[in-house]
This record gives sequence, structure tokens and C-alpha cells, in this order.
Amino acid sequence: MKTPVLTRRQFLKTTGALVVSFNLMPSAQKAFAQFAKLPSGDIDPTSLDSWLVITPDGYVTFYTSKVEIGTGVITALAQFVAEELDVPFDKIKMDAGDTNKTIEQGGTTASRTILRGGPQVRQAAAAARLELLKLASTQLGAPLDKLTVNDGVVSVIGDATKRVTYGQLIGGKKFNAKLSVKGTGWDMVVAPEVKPKNPKDYKIVGKSIPRVEIPRKVTGEHDYMHDVRIPGMLHGRVVRPPMINTEPVTIDQDSIKGIPGVVMIVREGKFVGVVAKSEWSALKAAHALEVTWAKPTSKVPGTPDELFTFLKNTKPVRSAKAVDKGNTATALAQSKKVYQASYRWPFQMHGMIGPSCAIAEVKGKTATIWSGCQGPFRTRGRIAEILGFKEQDVRIIYHEASGSYGRLSADDRAEDAALLSRAVGAPVRVQWSRQDEHGWEPKGPAQLDEVKAAVEADGKLTVWDFTDYSQPWTVSGSTPLLASLQVGLRPNNPGGNNGTQASGDFYTVPNHLITIHQIDWHFPEPIPLRTSNLRAPGDVARCFASECFIDEIAADLKIDPVEFRLKNLTGNKRGIEALQAAADKAGWQKRPSPAPASNGNVAKGRGVALTNLSNTYVAVVAEVEVNKTTGQVAVKKMACSHDCGLIVNPDGLKNQVEGNVIQGMSRAMYEEVLFDSTSAVTSLDWSSYPIMRFPDMPELELVLIDRREMDPLGAGEAATSPPAAAIANAIFDAVGARLREGPFTPKRVLAAMQKKA
Amino acid sequence: MAKFSLRVNGKSQTVDAEPEMPLLYALRNDLQLNGPKFGCGLAQCGACTVIIDGNAIRSCVTPVGSVQNKAVTTLEGLGNTKKMHKLQQAFVDEQAVQCGYCINGMIMTSKALLDKNPKPTDTQIKEALSGNLCRCGTHIRILRAVKRASGQING
Repeated sequence: MKTPVLTRRQFLKTTGALVVSFNLMPSAQKAFAQFAKLPSGDIDPTSLDSWLVITPDGYVTFYTSKVEIGTGVITALAQFVAEELDVPFDKIKMDAGDTNKTIEQGGTTASRTILRGGPQVRQAAAAARLELLKLASTQLGAPLDKLTVNDGVVSVIGDATKRVTYGQLIGGKKFNAKLSVKGTGWDMVVAPEVKPKNPKDYKIVGKSIPRVEIPRKVTGEHDYMHDVRIPGMLHGRVVRPPMINTEPVTIDQDSIKGIPGVVMIVREGKFVGVVAKSEWSALKAAHALEVTWAKPTSKVPGTPDELFTFLKNTKPVRSAKAVDKGNTATALAQSKKVYQASYRWPFQMHGMIGPSCAIAEVKGKTATIWSGCQGPFRTRGRIAEILGFKEQDVRIIYHEASGSYGRLSADDRAEDAALLSRAVGAPVRVQWSRQDEHGWEPKGPAQLDEVKAAVEADGKLTVWDFTDYSQPWTVSGSTPLLASLQVGLRPNNPGGNNGTQASGDFYTVPNHLITIHQIDWHFPEPIPLRTSNLRAPGDVARCFASECFIDEIAADLKIDPVEFRLKNLTGNKRGIEALQAAADKAGWQKRPSPAPASNGNVAKGRGVALTNLSNTYVAVVAEVEVNKTTGQVAVKKMACSHDCGLIVNPDGLKNQVEGNVIQGMSRAMYEEVLFDSTSAVTSLDWSSYPIMRFPDMPELELVLIDRREMDPLGAGEAATSPPAAAIANAIFDAVGARLREGPFTPKRVLAAMQKKA
Repeated sequence: MAKFSLRVNGKSQTVDAEPEMPLLYALRNDLQLNGPKFGCGLAQCGACTVIIDGNAIRSCVTPVGSVQNKAVTTLEGLGNTKKMHKLQQAFVDEQAVQCGYCINGMIMTSKALLDKNPKPTDTQIKEALSGNLCRCGTHIRILRAVKRASGQING
């Protein structure tokens, strides 16, 4: 049902030529894009022409569904292309995230862009180089092994006069070559039979090449999603209910009467929005529109105590054993002393600085969506479902939005824009308010972690029994999002799980059990406190629990915390080296925690934590000062070691790791989403959900461990996990008080100190 | 609706708007100046910062009707990719950007700082930027970029 203030026909009549078809593809790319298509209409990954195009001037355009989300991956992927092709880096153009032009390589999430996308891009580029050499071999009359390539020019070894450029060989023409491809998305294996370069010979991969988009970002020239404007575009805002499934009982049209330029009040099912000619009018109208909503019926745990009791006592929707070795129950029963503790972690938010934004243009049975989504093909599937279109009739055009840390996996705003555009028959831009972004973004789930362990006299762990009570993501790329739920689509599964790593899984223990329980909300209707993947999903809480617990045991045994970890990392070469590197960087003095009591009002402490995420190892040492009177903690310094295999771009990696550590510190020190018993989020702005600010920034020193013999691994998340545990351990070292719940507010620190006293 | 004449980046411009509409919407939607960004609309994050008569101001809460005949400078008024302002160049040199959504505010706030205090200490820079939020955790590089622009880091 729609409630037009102005009918669509009247609207079109009064505003003239509004529905304008518009194509944003730059003409150069349009002229040379020459991908092959599958019968479905999607791009065929088995055709080399689908991956890249070389123009007569020697420029290479590489097509990828991987996107720049502020992490530098597009520069890193371009380095692979330049390296394998032997083309100067500045001749590589990456055309990213357009579902009509690229192959679905899986979303830009889960630290898998370099890990999985890197080899895909590398192999496609290596295959192109081989094809180019074959062409050159014919043209120059020399066998393949007598050819060499330098800066996109093929020449015959020993006879520099015999040369031909890539532009001359293939410029503007098709390769017409097939690639062997197995699997899809993240798991796609591209041309494994083609031998890429030996990393020993790398000239571009491994260099700190400046990120390609940064100059435009500091001048206002970067085309962020929020800056995209489509001719004839209108502005929409959604009016959110108190509960997702709440019915609007009345909508008072008169409440927005005086606002100029309002085009339509849109209602579809339980979805309510407004569309106006200007952004300001849309914003005012959404604010002023009086909607009476039916009373929410669900009551949820409204306090942290209720929440953690709920997590502990509710039957899991799924349970899994991530590690199951030996017999922990028997071993615990036989142990003289059993260590036991439980740790709590609150809901936290992604907290994008720029709120959600998308534009949709729905015309007949086709739709074009401009969005900053982390998975353009996932968004395509969602939009096709909500509009009832064929997937291939929906085109997603990616534009970088705000840094998202997982938030832009679930493309709520594209659904909003699609419904509003269809209703009004014109392109509609939707941008969320800060309150809506804080309130409705899906949160990183709250977690309860319980750990039991036993040790031998020499400090070796004999039992490690770790249980994680977490929530599945009610929101993931493929589940119905806000608008979908409001128009009646229903999820057919409880969503993705919140991970299993950073749970003490990398220690060597004979009786080793890691159990992951997924506790669904189990309410009759979806609730506002939605959950999804937040950077290093679940790992921050699990690393906090496992690495603080390790510290508790070490302290009880009066063993230095680094030494205790080393004892239990038997044979784990990379774990040991990462731990040692961070300790060395921090100038770690060997002694047990806590530090000898100090006389002054400010106590100093140091703490360490180690983690592993998808085989990337990170260790962090934190140094803190605790004010014994106020409980205020200052994180003075952190040292971080990072081993993600082969390093593609050292400075780009440093930028990422610094960001992860700072964000991890922010989550540890300040961040907790508050909500009430209707699960309505009450942390609706930056004063009620504080994050780290400049005066609180620590000094930070990094050690990057480069492993040329390995493939590159992910770096987008791992270093987010250890800061919380390292800081909590440092607080213990300083004042002998153990924090088992984050964030480490002065109140919690004082309470822990009082408990200890 | 009324007409307002604005002086933006040295040019006189006229926008047709309601007087209480924040300046940010006039800059972005009427004048197509994309440097200032919408972050919160509450003057809490700094993404929308512009310089008005020498002061770093949150354009998301500044009514367009209140800035008539005042000199407004946006990020675009500092420089462009062909000819960058020293602050912009320093942010590139230090690669002091991740997503970059907050960077407009970081540069504009630092510009107002350096105009008043050309050689600020670390503490003064941190204090000046304390109301500017960066979620990517680029603080260390941003601090270094501002020091570089003030001639306190070379090379």
C-alpha cells in the first residue's frame, strides 16, 4: 500500500523529465570491456577476456568484484597484476565491484581478499602473461624461453632490436583464451596450472607502493558513495519502527504538510518512508511524520546480568566442537587443581563514521543500485528477492563508502532505496541518520566465555576446556534485511555463526576441548538488536577470555606470562616467533605478574596477548598506567608483531595493523552498546557510544614478520583481537585486579580493585 | 525558501534554501562541494568541518542563514590533486588515510590550528583534534601528517 501525497503521474507532470536513463561507465572502459558471458548473463570466469583488457597504449584494466573499503586491498591486488604481467604499476587500472562487469570472487570480508582473491588475481594475470608471450613468440620468431618482458615490452634475450609491446600484441583485441577455473566465489581456483613468478623475483609485490586513491581522498575528489548523484535523483528517508515487525497503525499525512518538496509517503507492508525533492526536506519529513506504531510485544533481557544469564541458560540453536582432543572431563576430574573463570563481552557496534547510503533506480523489471556494499553480488541477490526480479536484471555499481568493519556486508540501505525508487518511479538516494545508524546497524554479538584448565608442575597445560556462548548473526549477506522483513520475507536459517578462533586453539594441550554454542534470540519476532559480523567476529571476546585466563594461570604459578605461553606453544614456530618479537620490541622484562606494589597513586603494568586468525599470528604487549583512586586506565604504549605470510605492501600493511590495534584498544576501553527491555538500542550517538579520541592514543610500535616462502594471508582483522586481553593483563600487572568483563571503564576497574582488596 | 549569498572558497554563490537548513546541505547538494561529509548531524564527529572566518566550524549544525557574507573555506578551497595544499600533501606523504571519510575534518581542523599556531606540539595537535573521530584508527599517521605539514618532520 502506498500513500501518495502526490500521485506519481502528477509528480512526473509537475517536475518534467525526471526519469532519465544514465550510464556511469566511463567511455574508455565501455569501449574496451570485452568479457564473455555465461548463459545466465553473468561474466564467464573461464574466459581470460573477462578478467582483463589491454589497450593499445599498454594500459591494463583488471576487473574484480573485490572492492576498496579503506583497507588498501585494491592497491595490493593491482600490485599482483603489475608484478605478474611485468607492467609498470601506474599502468594498472582496477575496475571493481560492478556486477555487470566482474566475476563474483566472494565478498570483501573476513580477511580473505588478499588470502583468496590475491591468488585468483595473480593467476589470471600470470595466464595473460603466458598468452602474451605466445603471441610474441610467433611475431618475433623466437621460442618462449628466449623471451623476456620489461615494462610491458617483450624482447628476445640477447637481441634487444627484436621487441614488441603488449599494446601492439593485443591492444584493444580479445585474447580468446580459456582459463581453467574450479569452484566459485572465495573458493574459486583460477588457472592453477599456470606457474606464477617466484617470489624471489618480485619487484612490485613487497614494495610500499602508495595507495592509489589517497590523493583523491584528501582533496574531496574521491567519488564516495555519499557523493554520487544521478540525474533526476530524489531523496528518501525511512521512518523506522520500534520493532522490526511492528505494524504502522496510522500515518498522519498532515504532520508533514508544510514541508516543501515532499513527493510521496511510501508504505509497503510495514515499511514506511518518505521521498522528497531535496535531502533537507526528506530529512525533515522523516523526522516530522507522525506514525503510530503497534506496541512491541517481545520483552528481552534488558540488563547485562539478564543478558548473560540468557546466554548461559538458553538452549543453543547450534553447537560445535572446534577442537576435540583427549578427554577433558576425565583429565579435569583427575587434576589436583582446576582453574576456572568466566568472561563477559558486551554488544559492540561497527560505528561507521559515514552512515549507510545507497541510490536505487528501479525501471520496469530492472534495477540499478549504487552502493558501498562489501559484497556486490550478495546485494544483488537481496535486491532481486525483495523486488521479485531476476538476479541478472539487477546491477550493482560499487562506490566506496565509509570504513565499515563488516557493517556493509548487510546492505540494508540498498533495500530501502529499491523500495522507495520503485514506489516513486525515479532514482532515489537514501542516507541514514546517525541515530538510525547507531540504533539499527547490526551489532557484534555479546559473548559469555567459560574456561577450565589444569597444569602440570612444570607449567605445561594438561587440560584446556573453553566454552563460547555467542549469538548467530541474525543478519548476514544472505538473510532478509530490515526492509525485507518489513515487507514479509522471512529468514530460513538462524544466520552465520560468530566464529571459533582465538579460543586457546593454538596452544598444545593433550586434553583440548573448544565448544561453541550459538544462542539464538528465540523471540517470536525479529528484534531491533540485530547481530552480524563485526571485525574479527567473536575473536575479540574469545581472545580476551583465553589470553586473560592463560595469564591468570601464569600468575598463580608465578611464571612470567611470556614464558608460560612459550612453554605451551610447543612446536608452533610462527606463534613462538610472533610472541617473542612483540616481547622484544616492548623490552619485556622477565618476571611474574603482578608487578611489585607501588607506593604512588599511579600504578604501571604491562600485559601480553597472542592470537591467530585464519593462520595470521599477532602478539600485542600493552603498557598501562592505572589511577588507583579513580580507576582511570591510560594505555601508554603498545607493541605489536604481525605475521601474515608474504607481505604484499609493507606500509599498507602497517596502516591496517595500526588501525586494527587502535580499534581493538577502543573496543576494550570504551565501547558497550546499551539497550532497553524492548531491545531498543539506547546508544544512539557518539556521546552515548564513545570511541577512542586523539588525546587517548597510545604510542605504537610494530614488527612485521615477512615470510617470502608463504602465500600472503589476511591482515584486515587479526590485530583487533589481542589489545583487549593485553590491556586487561597489564591492568592486573599494575594493580593485581582481574577484569573479566569489558569495556574497562573506571567503574569496572575500581570494582575489580575492591573485590581483590 | 529564501535566497542566500555565500562566499565559498573565494567565490560568491547564491543558494535557495530554508534559513535553518544546515550549511553542509548547501555545500554538498547545491554547490557540489563533496569535501565536507555528513557524519552525525550533531556536531559530534567533525566529518563536516569547514573553516568560517578562520575557525573550524561544524557545517552540519550551522544554519545556512547564519553564514551570509562570511568567508567559507572547504577542503576544495585548499587544493586539488594537481596542486595540493601542504596539509593535503603531508597526508599523502604519510599515507594518513584508511577509508578517509573523516579526513576532511582532520585536514580542515588542522588547517585552522596551523594558521593560529604554526608549530604545535603533539599535545596541542591531539587537543585540537580531540573532537574529530576516526574509526579506522589512523590517529598515529594523522598526527604525523600534521607535524609534517608544520615542518616538524622532514624527509
